[in-house]
Amino acid sequence: MVVNCEQVWREISNYVDGDVDAALRSTMDEHFRTCKRCASVLAGTRNVVQLYGDERMLEVPAGFSRRLEKRLAKNAAVKGSGWSSWSAWLVPLAAIALFTGALSLVDTLTFKHPAKSILAEPGHNIPPDMLVVVSSGSKVFHVAGCPFIHDKATERTITAKEAMQDGYVPCSRCLRQYLKTSLKGQPEGDTANLEAEEEQDEVLSTAGH
Amino acid sequence: MSEPGMVLNSPAQAGGTREQDLILNVQRGQHELFYELVRPYERRVFAAALAILRNEHDAEDAAQEAMLKAFANIRQFRAEARFSTWLIQITVNEALMRRRRERTVVMEGIDDRRDSEESEYAPRDFADWREIPSEALERKEVRQRLAEALGTLDRKYREVFVLRDMEQMNIQETAEALGISVASVKTRLLRARLMLRDLLAAGWEQGWFSRLPFEKGSKPW
Repeated sequence: MVVNCEQVWREISNYVDGDVDAALRSTMDEHFRTCKRCASVLAGTRNVVQLYGDERMLEVPAGFSRRLEKRLAKNAAVKGSGWSSWSAWLVPLAAIALFTGALSLVDTLTFKHPAKSILAEPGHNIPPDMLVVVSSGSKVFHVAGCPFIHDKATERTITAKEAMQDGYVPCSRCLRQYLKTSLKGQPEGDTANLEAEEEQDEVLSTAGH
Repeated sequence: MSEPGMVLNSPAQAGGTREQDLILNVQRGQHELFYELVRPYERRVFAAALAILRNEHDAEDAAQEAMLKAFANIRQFRAEARFSTWLIQITVNEALMRRRRERTVVMEGIDDRRDSEESEYAPRDFADWREIPSEALERKEVRQRLAEALGTLDRKYREVFVLRDMEQMNIQETAEALGISVASVKTRLLRARLMLRDLLAAGWEQGWFSRLPFEKGSKPW
């Protein structure tokens, strides 16, 4: 079987995905060995798939995570107080703001922050091959996308095992399930102390312990 | 959490089990765990919304709404489905619904028709092109260039490309999410990949990546 360049271009995406039969793959392989143009198209197509498939291409605007978490927390607070239907969001915004504002005030007054030492806990039972993110100026490792990653421009991905060998400790927010002491006792709908917790993480990160 | 003594064969399996536990706990009323459940997917949710709406502000709002809808409907999620796919599907629906409300869809629809996906696409032949190593993604300006190139694609190509190659959905899932045929997904994906290949290669000629530390002449052929 022989294929020309046009036929190769038509199938090159399926070829990259491994979605061509063995006979066609073999024929295309032979074509790539002799056609520089098609070889460059193949290399370029693979390059595109590789680059855009990289996690680093999935960027969110600054503050996205925090705004999302706040909105979810507000929603959970509303649900927790008996507003169980989706249409609850149709009530006047002022009423919601009053309710959540009052809740936040109560939380601020009653919720005790965990001791800072919790943030420096070593992890327990973290899968050693799990990919985590570290960055300059911090000795904390995170899951990709964690909003508490410092200096995102210097992010790099390594395994959890490497991170722990290098003295990094798990982020108390995104990897909390691996900490013996958990923040899960946090009251439902609590958002007022997020900033304060982030400041604690900041202290930990800049301390570089 | 997993039951004591349960053997986990791989990190992926362990991650899946943790996710299943989180889903069950949220379904049982531990609403505060929902953010923990969706946090790993927030970038993907935003990217899916952005691919359809093209505007960061609208995309963020749609992403938040999609998360809230996922939360409201969490009891309907069934364990046999992939949670990430379910979440992205809700996001795509939310974004498509918003776009239908926008008047601009009319203009974009006309724009798309200029270029029939049925016609053949001949990739350009470049004299000077070099592969961009993934390490280059550390640089913000490179990521911006790639995002700009993606943004120039007509929406029908951009949507399929983002769901398939960035969200890592399979062909069938992409077809179902967008409500198009598998054949259309394959055709649009091919076109999107070839156009992006051409755009990035043209970027070399325009000096987009001139500050990258590559040796001259390291062509892939």
